[in-house]
Amino acid sequence: MSLSLSLPPAVRRPASLVALAALPVVVLGCFFVLPVSGMVARGFWPDGELDVGAVLEVLTRSRTGRVVWFTVWSAGLATVVSVLLGLPAAYALHRLDFPLRRTVRALLLVPFVLPTVVVGVAFRQLLGESGPLGFLGLDGTPVAIVAGLVFFNAAVVIRAVGASWESLDSRPAEAAAALGASPAQVFRTVTLPTLRPAIVSAASVVFLFCATSFGVVLTLGGTRYSSVETEIYLLTTDLLDLPGAAALSLVQLAAVVALLAVAARLRHSADPSVVRVPSRPRRPARTDLPQLAMTVLLLALVAAPIATLVVGSLRVGDAWSLGNYRALDSVGDQQALVVPVTDALVTSLRTAVDATWMSLLLGLLVALAVTRRSRSRAERRLRTVLDGFFMLPLGVSAATLGFGFLITLDRPPLDLRDSALLVPVAQALVALPLVVRTLVPVLDGIDDRQRQAAASLGAGPLRTLLTVDVPVLWRPLLAASGFAFAASLGEFGATAFLARDESATLPVVIFRLIGHPGAMNYGMALAASVVLAATTAAVMLAVERLRVPSLGAL
Amino acid sequence: MSLSLAHVSVDYDGVPAVVDVDLELPAGQVLAVLGPSGSGKSTLLRAVAGLEPARGTIAWAGQDLGGVPTHRRGFALMFQDGQLFGHLTVGRNVGYALRLRKVRDAEARVAELLELVGLAGYADRLPGTLSGGERQRVALARSLAVEPRLLLLDEPLSALDAGLRERLAGELRDILVAAGTTALMVTHDHEEAYTVADRIAVMRAGRLVQSGEIAQVWAAPADPETALFLGYARVLVDDAAQRVLAAAGLPPAPAVAVRRSALTVDASPGPGRLHDLRGVVLSARMTPDQVRLVVGVEGVGELDAVASVGAHPAAGEPVRLVVDRSRLAVIR
Amino acid sequence: MRSISAARIPLGLAALALVATSCSLVGSGDDDEGRDAGGSSGSPQAGGTVVLVTHESFALPDEVVAAFEEESGYQLEVRASGDAGTLTNKLVLTEGNPTGDVAFGVDNTFASRALEAGVFDGLDLDLPAGAETYALDGDDDHALAPVDNAGVCVNVDDTWFADKGIDPPATLADLTDPAYEDLFVLPSAATSSVGLAFLLTTIDEYGDDWPDYWSDLMDNGARLTNGWSDAYQADFTQGGGKGDRPIVLSYDSSPAFTVDGKGGTTTSALLDTCFRQVEYAGVLAGAKNPDGAKALVEFLLGPQVQAALPESMYVFPVVDGVELPADWASFAKQSDEPHEVDPAEVAEQRDAWLTEWRDVTTG
Repeated sequence: MSLSLSLPPAVRRPASLVALAALPVVVLGCFFVLPVSGMVARGFWPDGELDVGAVLEVLTRSRTGRVVWFTVWSAGLATVVSVLLGLPAAYALHRLDFPLRRTVRALLLVPFVLPTVVVGVAFRQLLGESGPLGFLGLDGTPVAIVAGLVFFNAAVVIRAVGASWESLDSRPAEAAAALGASPAQVFRTVTLPTLRPAIVSAASVVFLFCATSFGVVLTLGGTRYSSVETEIYLLTTDLLDLPGAAALSLVQLAAVVALLAVAARLRHSADPSVVRVPSRPRRPARTDLPQLAMTVLLLALVAAPIATLVVGSLRVGDAWSLGNYRALDSVGDQQALVVPVTDALVTSLRTAVDATWMSLLLGLLVALAVTRRSRSRAERRLRTVLDGFFMLPLGVSAATLGFGFLITLDRPPLDLRDSALLVPVAQALVALPLVVRTLVPVLDGIDDRQRQAAASLGAGPLRTLLTVDVPVLWRPLLAASGFAFAASLGEFGATAFLARDESATLPVVIFRLIGHPGAMNYGMALAASVVLAATTAAVMLAVERLRVPSLGAL
Repeated sequence: MSLSLAHVSVDYDGVPAVVDVDLELPAGQVLAVLGPSGSGKSTLLRAVAGLEPARGTIAWAGQDLGGVPTHRRGFALMFQDGQLFGHLTVGRNVGYALRLRKVRDAEARVAELLELVGLAGYADRLPGTLSGGERQRVALARSLAVEPRLLLLDEPLSALDAGLRERLAGELRDILVAAGTTALMVTHDHEEAYTVADRIAVMRAGRLVQSGEIAQVWAAPADPETALFLGYARVLVDDAAQRVLAAAGLPPAPAVAVRRSALTVDASPGPGRLHDLRGVVLSARMTPDQVRLVVGVEGVGELDAVASVGAHPAAGEPVRLVVDRSRLAVIR
Repeated sequence: MRSISAARIPLGLAALALVATSCSLVGSGDDDEGRDAGGSSGSPQAGGTVVLVTHESFALPDEVVAAFEEESGYQLEVRASGDAGTLTNKLVLTEGNPTGDVAFGVDNTFASRALEAGVFDGLDLDLPAGAETYALDGDDDHALAPVDNAGVCVNVDDTWFADKGIDPPATLADLTDPAYEDLFVLPSAATSSVGLAFLLTTIDEYGDDWPDYWSDLMDNGARLTNGWSDAYQADFTQGGGKGDRPIVLSYDSSPAFTVDGKGGTTTSALLDTCFRQVEYAGVLAGAKNPDGAKALVEFLLGPQVQAALPESMYVFPVVDGVELPADWASFAKQSDEPHEVDPAEVAEQRDAWLTEWRDVTTG
């Protein structure tokens, strides 16, 4: 910032962009680009010689086609169902006023940050042949996978569309009604077209999450079904088929970049002239019953797996007991763990604190860098590319990243393979897109002339930031930190790969517990899952109190 | 102690927005930069504020401001919509720059400024509770707080409704004069410019078309377009111009700009003089102060004219028009 | 004044950040240092640290680890993550610049891949009595020392079959019998080393016809899960989740964990269906502490670790004369003639087998 003292504006702007973006770019470069490109390079140069043929051959395998097709249709179907279930709930939770509305909103957000391991266990408990819904015979079917994906992502639709719906000017709808349109016609001809950008944008994000989902497909699909993400995992960790993994990684990365570009375009095309008037939620009327019913259905879909989880955790043998919870300070039957679950919870919290401040620091810098007003088209394009760059961690398999760390961060000055920093850094990268997407709309919403007014009154860049940005930003910043914290608590893929046993986090410990024989271990796994889910829910409830509209609207 | 611009140009992404502008603003004066939207006048203002990179020289008291960032120029900028800090009270908004400079007795100064803009006692209110006019007054007080070397006003009144705008323009003039402030104001409203400024500069398509003392510019617009922009109703050329000039008793010129009120219906009886303009009323429209007419004048064509409310002629009636010389501008 | 001072917010945030860092990992790195310093001052020889890279199922009692540190003078640092396959792949990828000194947990289905990549240094070691029989075929440099073994066998819930009045299955062929339709659950060969072991069992049994067996097995309603835990815990009738499938792929030692408290056990392993898994330890090429590494491998073959293996890792020792826990002695029977496949053939064919297996089993 001191740069700005003597440089002319033409140099100052790019210089400040570089200064803001330097740290995040370096971090992402070291901990993401380097490892991932290292793995891809191993695929292209298997024996030190470039072998493009081996990579291309993978793309012609019939299995690859099947895997891609399964990924597309399962993610597509899950997206459609998420939108269909999410829309009525978005309406009910953002336009209607009823008791516990905010609590319900927070609860529906919990699955989004729950670890897939926990969800996998919960769904198996529910849908397994002996579970309450076992008679449906859904276990291990694509239906279970799609249900799991919807479980995770319905909240995204509710958030993104709800925020848009909440601030929708109600007068055009009233005008249409006055012209004789029925409620259904009003929705179809007025409300839906206005919401369309938000819906399409949410749908593209949900599709992205579904298509790159790892744990759900692996645990709920058995191994009968393989998505691109799980295929990369299998090719890497199991077959050590690096050309194959590299090919699929590139395919996935390209698809993710394309999707992000589409999502970004839709985000920008949202009509800025639409009047944003937060309308007061009203009491539900009889006509709102269908929407409320759908919300209850969605709540049931979300609550059922969690409820079976809670019930399971309270059963020891055939009796009700808190024994599973009391055992959490032990290392389990047969020494299943290196450290007690309670220690793992502490490790989780501490790691999450680190991941949170890291992602917050990086996310804030990124958000500031990409939202500064661009003077030229080239500068604007650069900022857009930067924005997209930091979304990329969404599209890369944890296995690729984990192995990449091993082969690229192995020499000084970057010999970090055993650094305690790796886990929080990896989690911070996973949480980074959430943080950036929470902060960017807020910063975008600040009139740049506010900053100019402050500057013209004699405020330096830092002071301008404190006067103009910080007062608007601190709430979203707190919300983003809550989000990052919860996401870090639940992160499993990268953590499982990187965390050492004595510093295992709660999801890793849960995974270990269900991996060890003994009824007590299984019960402890359920109890630990409940603890993790409750912690996450508490954080999300706190975040909900901050009322940040753009939260989770990626 | 004056602002001088020499060969100032600003490009947006290769498209020129301001082209080669030279301008002088002596201390203590108010200069209005007048131009239609898209003429580059706001860009010029922002360049002076240091918000746009500009080529050429922008200097204050002979010192080039090229490397000086906005917050060190000592130029306060006031926006069309005030841009008050919504989370700060009126008092803290006004005292903002004072606190930055750790001025003692800031409270008293704030009260004084609020008094000046007619908002005494508003110090503890939040901007959200104020009307548009009140917000602009607060913005003005905030800009004036540290007695800026130069006050930059970007369409300061155009967000307000007509009546309020007219009244505030007069007050703005009084406040600027009372404070002895040097000010550069950008506006598209010639009346606002006329009310507030000492000097005027007209911009079109990024270029400076004309500048000078306000009366001087008014009396002699540089070209027909400038004349129309300054509020002249029509610009007449050739024969039509000669007819009107003759009626006003002026020597011939290639073109003349005519204000609506330059031609009045002469209701006095009698045959009139040789050069009087005669024509037939084509349409008449009542306003509270006068009747606005469109008259078809032989040898000239359609002309705007006014008549007193008392005796207004109806369409189709013949009328005789007299010309008020002070409401014409000869364009050479 | 209802307004918030602009200066107070950043101060608050800064304070919050301070509080946060004080309970973070990075902010309290001294924890680890303290432990290291205390540890090395306690051991007179101060031989430095030896780092063991292993899979996530590795576990040893604290007193055994303490005994090693006491006897050898080295600090033991364990870095465990992933399964045997992931471990092997990590070793292959970091060949020459390993993340530790010793690797434990590479088994006889993955060992060839590691040996081919030159991950291990030759080991000049006299194997204790009994261990020699488990040595890896083709390991001419004696790079790998066998540490433990276990049989991967089909397990049945005897009480379930008793209740139904049906005879439990006994052989691989039985599993495709319609009488046992929809009763079998097993982890996938693609994602689980247990699953892979069972695939090798069938390859040993049926030769080139193994795909036909698998398609019969799938037609008979076998359920594939992601890992052993899913199969045993969630779907097996005697697992933690009280599932409803009475036949599961597990270990020969599993019956020792289902004792009924009345002197018996509720499950048994089908000894005709067992594949022998052997886990090896070896010194990594490029180890920073080769002496410590060798000491650790020797210790893993020593009486304390061998005796602790059953309780800690549910596997059998390889050294003769190690006393087994009481439940193991009674209920954990090992097959005399387990199935085996030549490691060299496994190394060569594994990818082809797995690809074909996935085509047969995946819809």
